Amino acid sequence: MNTSYDSISRLFKPLTDRQIARMSGTAISRREAVQRTLLGAAGLVLGHHLSLRALAATPSSKAKAKSVIQIWMWGGPSHLDTWDPKPEAGNDYCGPLNKPIATNVDGIRICELMPLLAKQADKYAIIRSMTHGSNGHETASYMVQTARAQGGRDVFPSVGAVVSLFKGAQAGYKGLLPPYIVLTEPQGRFSEAGFLGPRYKPFATGGDPGQSRFAVEGVVAPGISDQRQRDRRELLHQLDTLEHAMPGDTQLTAAEQCEKQAYDLILGDAGKVFDLSQEKDELRERYGRNTFGQSCLVARRLVERGVPYVTINYKGGWDTHKQNFQVMRRRLPEMDKGMATLLQDLAQHGLLDSTIVWWSGEFGRTPKIQWEAPWSGGRGHHGGVFSAVVAGGGFKGGQVIGASDAKGDAVKERPVYPGDLIGSMYELLGIDPEAKLPHPQGLVVSATPSAADKAPTGGRLKEII
Amino acid sequence: MTRSAPILALFLVASFSGIAAPALALNPYDSKVDQTAHNAIDELVFAKLDQCKVQPAAVCSDGVFVRRAYLDVIGTLPSGFEAREFILDRSPAKRLVLIDKLLERDEFADYWAMKWSDVLRIKAEFPINLWPNAAQAYHRWVRTCIRDNVPYDRMVRQMLTSSGSNFRVPPVNFYRAMQNHEPAGIAQTVALTFMGTRADKWPKERLAGMAAFFTKVGYKATAEWKEEIVFFDPCKTNTAASNEVAMVAAVFPDGAAAHLLPDQDPREVFADWLIDPKNPWFTQSIANRVWAWLLGRGIIQEPDDARPDNPPSNPELLALLQRELITSHYDLKHLYRLILTSKTYQLSAIPKADSSEGDTNFSHYPLRRLDAEVLIDALNKITGGKENYSSAIPEPFTFIPENQRSIALEDGSITSSFLELFGRPSRDTGLESERNNRPTPDQRLHLLNSTQTQRKIEQSPMIKNLVVAGKSPRDIATGMYLGILSRFPTEDELKIVEGYFQSGKVARREAAVDLVWSLINSAEFLYRH
Repeated sequence: MNTSYDSISRLFKPLTDRQIARMSGTAISRREAVQRTLLGAAGLVLGHHLSLRALAATPSSKAKAKSVIQIWMWGGPSHLDTWDPKPEAGNDYCGPLNKPIATNVDGIRICELMPLLAKQADKYAIIRSMTHGSNGHETASYMVQTARAQGGRDVFPSVGAVVSLFKGAQAGYKGLLPPYIVLTEPQGRFSEAGFLGPRYKPFATGGDPGQSRFAVEGVVAPGISDQRQRDRRELLHQLDTLEHAMPGDTQLTAAEQCEKQAYDLILGDAGKVFDLSQEKDELRERYGRNTFGQSCLVARRLVERGVPYVTINYKGGWDTHKQNFQVMRRRLPEMDKGMATLLQDLAQHGLLDSTIVWWSGEFGRTPKIQWEAPWSGGRGHHGGVFSAVVAGGGFKGGQVIGASDAKGDAVKERPVYPGDLIGSMYELLGIDPEAKLPHPQGLVVSATPSAADKAPTGGRLKEII
Repeated sequence: MTRSAPILALFLVASFSGIAAPALALNPYDSKVDQTAHNAIDELVFAKLDQCKVQPAAVCSDGVFVRRAYLDVIGTLPSGFEAREFILDRSPAKRLVLIDKLLERDEFADYWAMKWSDVLRIKAEFPINLWPNAAQAYHRWVRTCIRDNVPYDRMVRQMLTSSGSNFRVPPVNFYRAMQNHEPAGIAQTVALTFMGTRADKWPKERLAGMAAFFTKVGYKATAEWKEEIVFFDPCKTNTAASNEVAMVAAVFPDGAAAHLLPDQDPREVFADWLIDPKNPWFTQSIANRVWAWLLGRGIIQEPDDARPDNPPSNPELLALLQRELITSHYDLKHLYRLILTSKTYQLSAIPKADSSEGDTNFSHYPLRRLDAEVLIDALNKITGGKENYSSAIPEPFTFIPENQRSIALEDGSITSSFLELFGRPSRDTGLESERNNRPTPDQRLHLLNSTQTQRKIEQSPMIKNLVVAGKSPRDIATGMYLGILSRFPTEDELKIVEGYFQSGKVARREAAVDLVWSLINSAEFLYRH
């Protein structure tokens, strides 16, 4: 397909209110659209409104980070058995994993099952005092990824949606790849886009990069040649009688633009980013020939092409109510290999300075081990304190932020709430943490909780920015 | 008439293959039916258009009408057989007959229970947290009310005044299906749901006055897992927020003070005020909603944002619908019938000229993308496909029988990537704008090129029946057009299809697959028009 640069940039031009309204099936009049814009502007503090525009137009010069790779540890991995080992707490707390290893940074020890990551500790900062206090998967996932407590009338957008808003279309992102991609399945039961709407939902690749051919759902259709793709697209256009009867209709024009964008992925070069056979076998081995390892490799290829936000939804069985230690022994080496290679590979490609790698689950796990059946050495949900890791994009490596108490039960010093971490990432991305989000009812809502929201805070991570 | 429709259609199409499609106007969408007013709605709409100097669109063709009526009234695509039968029917009253038939179909209750479940936020999980059994019970109650055409005022009164268990007295779930259970939160939800207005924009005192009616709503758990009793609790003063509100006297939103006796459930007093025929808020809200559901935009737009600075585009029209509702004793089907039989509803989607005044005054039927649930049901109807719906949280798991259509899904938290991709409302707020039918590139990728779509088409009985039976490209096209677009193909379209089959680019079967693929990816299929 022949796609000029011009037609691509047109695709990403923000739509007018009227276009949007017509597309959403709730047509509003031109007069209404004007009124709405005026009301919207009046509803916002003018300064903020301008700063939003300014931000959108010119990426902040202070911005160090261009992209985020979020390694989402669904289920809530144990902090004691990863980044915050407590060998002194005794067998009831650390169980068999009681020999933490030194890293390449003096004084930082991590779990013995992560030897490769131990060699990369100069690249990342460990936050050992993450907290929000919630022990439900969904509530906690929501808090960690939106910086907001549940409740109220609004469902807030996740970090990925906010980044794709500010660093995507509004910032003149011209890539053909969607600005927010999740490998490989969406989280489910979690509205990534919140009130921003489906336009800001992540593109879920489906398929499995661990297989010989990564069949990205919608991009690679097995069994249909490129020629047949072109032939039937022509047939579709010839038979699109309604569209011919309504030339220039805004709604159908917008749909047509979506179709063009889709075909740029199906038939254009952009889709080749998912073709891992372009990478050396040696590197693919180092990442690990499994879904997570190869997802890390795809993530690097995506940020290399400028995709602002990639989530690796790591369904590794981290919800270890039962047999925590067996699971950790089985799964941590895979995580260690994939993530360590990702950090190294990003650095070698010169991408680590502009890419934030954010590792986190929704919470940690109860420090005290449940030895009795049916748990047989399991750990429950623990939102009181847990660990997160950030690397690259302007975050200083080789650091530990905050601490949990002797048994890893509560925050001992320097609490970090989800909003503190997310706000810090926004700063590095050149997104004002107090920037106003476009709200469908014109309410004034900032990207992270503002002072008026009275959300608990320990302050942004000035120590490592 | 739903017996093995595709095969029957095929048979009949074959026997009619000598007959050309009925005479067409310029395109297959407009007709030459005259535009004289059919009822009082038309008089008011046409007068307003006249005043704005906007010419209404032509009355739509039979093919457009049959598809539109099925999709709008029962959220279901007509089968090829149903479409063909309607188009060839020569009875002058056939449109009225079809409307009456559709209003009595089971899918009418399914589809409108879905709409009401959006408005009432029926979902088991976060952030509404009804719990699966309660979501099922509540949905069944709503569906039964719609099926039995329970007068709207009675239905609302039950939701507002019931007491009892969330499992056994389903309408009490109204008070559970909201994120904020404080009196002011309840008042806002009641105002949004039944008065079509956003009380968060009201002056504080007005909201406090209304909230006072909901200070005695009690919630308590029982020994049964997740059972919750909603009840009138005269002694309730348990939270800071309700204490604050309790100091304020109950005042109706119109400013009249209420006289509450200590042992009287204030919800009853409020409900009686709300559903009083003299209260314009109540009828205005529902009349405007029904109009917006059928005609794509409210007389007050958004349909749940009535306020003094957002006036109706045609006040007389809204007043007419309100009067009709009251005189028919809140018979919603009467209102549906009145709107559906109007010429206004039957105008083509192709406007005579692009004009924003035309848009706001209903000069044509607005294009609307199919709702997510309706779209997947239509795709499955065409291709014989099925969806597997299940929910792994909370335990015990929920599994939905695979022949259940998506419009009949009870619980908004049943996970489905298709429904989420196509903008199913999250049922978190009850706002009409939660449903998002805006197109995205991801949606296009899915329909154009996903394995799910491709597999459905490949396995479609339509392909098997038409291709294997050795039909000519013309007959194949006719069957597919009726089944997918609910109309006969035009001569031009038939020629294009013949050309594709004879081009030698692809084998016959692939050509048929590509034809189905083209039709389901056309704007005509994806949009209500």
